[in-house]
Amino acid sequence: MKIDKNQLLRFTTAGSVDDGKSTLIGRLLYDSKSIFEDQLDAVEKTSKRKGHEKVDLALFTDGLKDEREQGITIDVAYRYFTTPKRKFIIADTPGHIQYTRNMVTGASTANVALILIDARKGVIEQTKRHSYIASLLQISHVIVCINKMDLVDYKEEVFDDIVHQYEDLSSKMMIKDVRYIPISALEGDNVVHRSENMKWYQNAPLLHTLETLHISSDNNMIDARFPVQTVLRPQSEEHRDYRGYAGRIASGIFRIGDAVKVLPSGFTSTIKSMNIQDTQLKEAFSEMSVAITLEDDIDISRGDMLVKINNSPQVTQDITAMLCWFNEESARPRAKYVLRHTTNSQKAIIKEILYKVDVNAIKRVENDKELKMNDISKVKIRTTAPLMVDEYMQNRNTGSFILVDEATNETVAAGMIM
Amino acid sequence: MSKYFLNYLDELESEAIFVLREVYAQFRNPVILFSGGKDSILLTHLAKKAFYPSKIPFALMHIDTGHNFPETIQFRDDLVDKLGVELLVGSVQEAIEDGRVLEEKGKNATRNSLQITTLLDAIEDNQIDCAIGGGRRDEEKARAKERFFSHRDDFGQWTPKNQRPELWNLFNGKMHQGEHFRVFPISNWTEMDVWNYIKREQIAIPSLYYAHEREVVWRSDSWIPVSEYLPKIENEEIFTKKIRFRTLGDITITGGIESDADTLEKIVNEVSSMRETERGNRSDDKRSETAMEDRKKQGYF
Repeated sequence: MKIDKNQLLRFTTAGSVDDGKSTLIGRLLYDSKSIFEDQLDAVEKTSKRKGHEKVDLALFTDGLKDEREQGITIDVAYRYFTTPKRKFIIADTPGHIQYTRNMVTGASTANVALILIDARKGVIEQTKRHSYIASLLQISHVIVCINKMDLVDYKEEVFDDIVHQYEDLSSKMMIKDVRYIPISALEGDNVVHRSENMKWYQNAPLLHTLETLHISSDNNMIDARFPVQTVLRPQSEEHRDYRGYAGRIASGIFRIGDAVKVLPSGFTSTIKSMNIQDTQLKEAFSEMSVAITLEDDIDISRGDMLVKINNSPQVTQDITAMLCWFNEESARPRAKYVLRHTTNSQKAIIKEILYKVDVNAIKRVENDKELKMNDISKVKIRTTAPLMVDEYMQNRNTGSFILVDEATNETVAAGMIM
Repeated sequence: MSKYFLNYLDELESEAIFVLREVYAQFRNPVILFSGGKDSILLTHLAKKAFYPSKIPFALMHIDTGHNFPETIQFRDDLVDKLGVELLVGSVQEAIEDGRVLEEKGKNATRNSLQITTLLDAIEDNQIDCAIGGGRRDEEKARAKERFFSHRDDFGQWTPKNQRPELWNLFNGKMHQGEHFRVFPISNWTEMDVWNYIKREQIAIPSLYYAHEREVVWRSDSWIPVSEYLPKIENEEIFTKKIRFRTLGDITITGGIESDADTLEKIVNEVSSMRETERGNRSDDKRSETAMEDRKKQGYF
């Protein structure tokens, strides 16, 4: 198996008890031979005990004790499988409105969102909610799986009708790439294997689609941004003068000899070297963790950002953002929070709540100004010191932030800068 | 296809290095939980990469059940010497002698759950605010819901229902006095990824992972090594088998598998054709369906 070119693809699935999400994930794992015998044995036993005729594929994604007792998913669960073409990470999230925060969490790192629609029901409230979140979090690709096709006699008209319904919906959102696949997770149609029952569907089954989607250009490779995590100063005999800036490139490409600027100070220098351990690099790009040294001795510390001299983010204390509230305790008006953005951390206040979003109807709610758990809103925030930001639409890594409550230390909100 | 993309091992490596550097930046006194198993060796290797050319800025902490493979201890001591880092040991044996914990009795007795008390004591005694572990989400269903930065209350407990949301690459390590964090930089790796990476980087691992001849007995569906610590069962047959271990833990509960894989190449091939999970040979996980979840809530690794 040639693995050196294989990429990692992260996708998220949202769904509630009945739409077949767990069965779909179970089917993907089972048909791609990612289930081990001891896991299969355990699931077969449980299926029998519960009186199911066949192996209940949904049991492969069984969760914690509380979740099993209540038959629901409470928290994001991460699952893994690998095919000869790619490694996959599934963020398996609950779909009910009360778990919006978990959906947002799962979506934050995903390349692809799988949206499940029950062929008998078509586009429903939950479909809108999941799609809105995929669009809000700017997931690059959406795959709409129209499931339970076996229950509508595998009819092409049913599929076509739902595709039209969804096109109506997605035209109101910012979703770049939408694909539609008619499937039956229970029977295995078009999940891993091409369906014999839907000859009218000419495109690839789900797994093949996931294996071949072009994801290399999902990252921003234009705007070079390097948030400094920490400074490496070994002060050993061998590396007496070494002063390296450790971090993960948030976006773009850096090369040796590039003229760079340090923000917020504005000092300039030139990249002298870049390395991962003792491997010297001529260039390094987005999502690589490296150490960078500069030609000049400049005062740089955690939270600063290296950028190219002719391409800067906005340096600002005032941001407008879409904010998703996570905490049981509502946002207190003008309360102070710690805002964490890249490796930077500053005190912040929510100055104004512009409007809230009704994620089921996808419309604005203007008069309600209280941010409760799972609410999504547009807000204005001011920080005590400058942040180096890009729009989330352009740059996921430099356009995102979280708010931490200083009293409880909990992560109370996540934001996307506009 | 553009040349500007990372393959999955590079991406996993980069993510783990990022997390290790966040630990260094956000905590005062972090340690790497070091068992001598492949996952903690991998962590140590990644930490070396993350801070090069500086030394690893964390001590290694071993929670020692007293039931060790001698090879593991030798390997641990050599590695500590080579890296020039501090080694902290929390001893389950001492905790038993001091009466902090009570040893289980009977032929299935293990010291597995006794590690929890020793671990929490060691964290408190050494004023550790972050313990970096080699836990992976693919190991077990309770681990599938674990965060990279996992908050523990002042009793060292994990509350699965009340975990902090974790988004993008933003990790929140804020806590109150007396609380601590467990951080899992290789959360997203699978067993296969670990082996492929060990092979790619040619990382040294204890000889126990390679096929070798050993005296074993057949218990709970796996080959348990005969050692001075293993409670004897009368008339039990002792075999000599060519085996290797997929995981390393307490010598009394770590089962081996029959194998001829004596090189990394062969191990990778063997693991990729395996049809059982690696923890399938760990009798600590066989006790009940929620064994791991229950131990994790109490403060287990």
